[in-house]
Amino acid sequence: MSSLSTSAGRAHGVPSPWRMRLGYFGVSGWIGLAIVAFWALAAVFGPTLLSRTGAAGGGAVFAPISAAHWLGTDYLGRDMLARVIEGARYTVGVAFLATLLASGTGTLLALLAAASGRWIDATLSRGLDTLTAIPSKMFALLIVAGFGSSVPMLVAAAAVIYVPGAYRIARSLAVNVNALDYVTVARTRGESTGYVMLREILPNIAGPMLADLGLRFVYVVLLLASLSFLGLGVQPPEADWGSLVRENILALSEGGASVIAPSLAIASLTIAVNLVIDNLPGRGARERGAR
Amino acid sequence: MGSPVVVDKLTVSAGGATLVDALSFAIQPGEVLALIGESGSGKTTTALALMGYARRGCRISGGSVRIGDVDVLSLDARQLRALRGHIVTYIAQSAAASFDPSRTILDQVVEPAVLHGTMRRGEAELKAIQLFRELALPEPESIGQRYPHQVSGGQLQRLMAAMALITDPEVVILDEPTTALDVTTQVEVLRAFRRVVRERQVTAVYVSHDLAVVAQMADHILVLRDGCMREVGATERLLAAPQNEYTISLLAAARPAPRVSAAKVADADVLLRLQGLSAGYGTRNAEGKPAIMIIEDIDLELRRGQAIGVIGESGSGKTTLARAVAGLLAPCAGTMQFDGRTLPPALAQRTRDELRRIQIVFQSADTALNPSHTVERILARPLEFYKGLKGQALRRRIDELLDVVKLPRALADRLPGGLSGGQKQRVNLARALAAEPDLILCDEVTSALDTVVGAAVLDLIAELRRELGVSYLFISHDLHTVRSVCDEIVVMRHGRKLAQVARADYDRGPHHPYYEQLARAVPELRRGWLDDLDKQRPALVA
Repeated sequence: MSSLSTSAGRAHGVPSPWRMRLGYFGVSGWIGLAIVAFWALAAVFGPTLLSRTGAAGGGAVFAPISAAHWLGTDYLGRDMLARVIEGARYTVGVAFLATLLASGTGTLLALLAAASGRWIDATLSRGLDTLTAIPSKMFALLIVAGFGSSVPMLVAAAAVIYVPGAYRIARSLAVNVNALDYVTVARTRGESTGYVMLREILPNIAGPMLADLGLRFVYVVLLLASLSFLGLGVQPPEADWGSLVRENILALSEGGASVIAPSLAIASLTIAVNLVIDNLPGRGARERGAR
Repeated sequence: MGSPVVVDKLTVSAGGATLVDALSFAIQPGEVLALIGESGSGKTTTALALMGYARRGCRISGGSVRIGDVDVLSLDARQLRALRGHIVTYIAQSAAASFDPSRTILDQVVEPAVLHGTMRRGEAELKAIQLFRELALPEPESIGQRYPHQVSGGQLQRLMAAMALITDPEVVILDEPTTALDVTTQVEVLRAFRRVVRERQVTAVYVSHDLAVVAQMADHILVLRDGCMREVGATERLLAAPQNEYTISLLAAARPAPRVSAAKVADADVLLRLQGLSAGYGTRNAEGKPAIMIIEDIDLELRRGQAIGVIGESGSGKTTLARAVAGLLAPCAGTMQFDGRTLPPALAQRTRDELRRIQIVFQSADTALNPSHTVERILARPLEFYKGLKGQALRRRIDELLDVVKLPRALADRLPGGLSGGQKQRVNLARALAAEPDLILCDEVTSALDTVVGAAVLDLIAELRRELGVSYLFISHDLHTVRSVCDEIVVMRHGRKLAQVARADYDRGPHHPYYEQLARAVPELRRGWLDDLDKQRPALVA
């Protein structure tokens, strides 16, 4: 990014590059950013700010929203607000980390496959195809059975399961970019594979890959929730948002807040993540350029 | 059969910008009006407005368009649907992108007639076959059964004309229908278009940026720039006595003057020597010969400071030749010598200095510049990579390069998306110059540009050669372009070198018959050129 710092001095009256970038954010982008920031802060500081912990139970089961319990209580009479805030740690932490790992690894491998020769491409593609062939829950089950259930294991399992999907998409994008003239020019200049991968191809597939990241995040949250349901995910009494929905599913027939609250939390985070991604500067600039 | 078209104060705007500004003109029934101008001049926007259509984000904000008795702009959506494809039809620039690849051609050609209920399917098919015959298409009875990928680009363009004519329209709009074609193909297509337009007496609007082509087709020419009319007049008058300054510059650009070359290069040392060069794609057999041979047995000598043009139709192997020299495609036979030393066949075997000394400039600046890098970063990379320049020295050199290619320094911060086509091509050249190469391979560098912009880029190329002494291998399908910048011309066909003609002999004949054919196929900027060509030689069967 050295060009950013050097270019600022040249242009007159142009705001600094970062302000320009944030200026591209639309209203929806800012809303998304605010929601993501809210959940991130809740995950970090939330538990210390709350007067009660999610572990304290014994009240009325499935109690409605009240002054004492802002989001009602769950199936064991625990305070839902505290449960949701504590669950944010797992969902934002585990799911985010797993998604980043999956998309990052997938994209990197895809760039390597696109930018280097036929053999590396074929080996990587067939290898990851094999991984796709194993049913994802079965695979997670195997990992957990083999290595025990812990948070790092969950992150690793979810990441491994979603690498092939990210790889497939990134590779198909990267192969197209790899065929363009500017990549050929870089090659005739004598650039290394690493430069071609990271400087020439990556910036031009980053937009779609970020959109894919948003989608993949939703998948990971769902996978973690289903693993928790099977008793293989986050272990009770701790719970991520997915498991909160699962364990309070009985409240659905009564229209209880305890099942709605974590669902809304999942929805708000995933939508917010996608809003932020849709408003990232590269994409807006490209659309303006294309017009 | 045609109707008069009257356009009065037509205004099209997009957001705050005015694309077409109060344009008024009229076309007599059965006449052809050409809309000419560079990209962004509003010529396609005007043509589309004749069908009551504005592209996404644009709005027809004022004026009127009358075709016969119909006020097009007052029609509602249903009436417009009845108008389009029936009364007014459209022939687009890229036929390949306009046909559905999964349906047969005939099925698509008869569609307008069936859709508008003007004919039954059977009648429409007979009419289509008759049109195929009129358009001089081969095997008119059976060509309709093929799929779009099974016919050539020139044939597809004529098939689209058949689609446009099948409903006996009153007005036909031709939007750059021959721009994407080779010169030799272009002549055939132009000839076919002109015949059907004349015989059927339709009113036509011909959109183009090529004055020489328009001179063969149009009765009147309207020159557009920035959405405003610059000049309108009968073709003869406008070509002979242009009044507007912009028209004069268009005419000048369409008749490229030779760019004077530098000192005598005859006694300079040989920079690049190719001997028996052959290359191809696909798996190699036991003798190391690839499955598909693209170029075979090419001999070429390029002296320092010399510019050699390579011309040929698409598929003649001229780009493959450049790729082999650049090291992108390892040749299967023959040798390459660069500055007295043997050039290794593959990129990975070449030293960084060898790579630096040969630079390649691609045709389409849209794909040759990374859209996510700023101009500064694009130019900085070769300077850092080959010369290790940093900081102040790097910035100074970038500014110098921008000056050399005559771009304002302020453009350094822009992304390629914010540059015009000509500016992009200049950045593209500047990047090659950054390496301070001895040889620049130019692959169709002006093909994607408007005439005036292309002429300016050619001037720049000639000037760089004079001042920096770089040599060029200049690849093009346009004989005019090649003649104006090159000392020698190499003619290629089917992967073989047919002839080599020196500048002094350009106008002296006779040359190889294929060179003559190419030379004849370049439209000349006068009326009746196509008629003369027809007289010399009876119509070809494509």
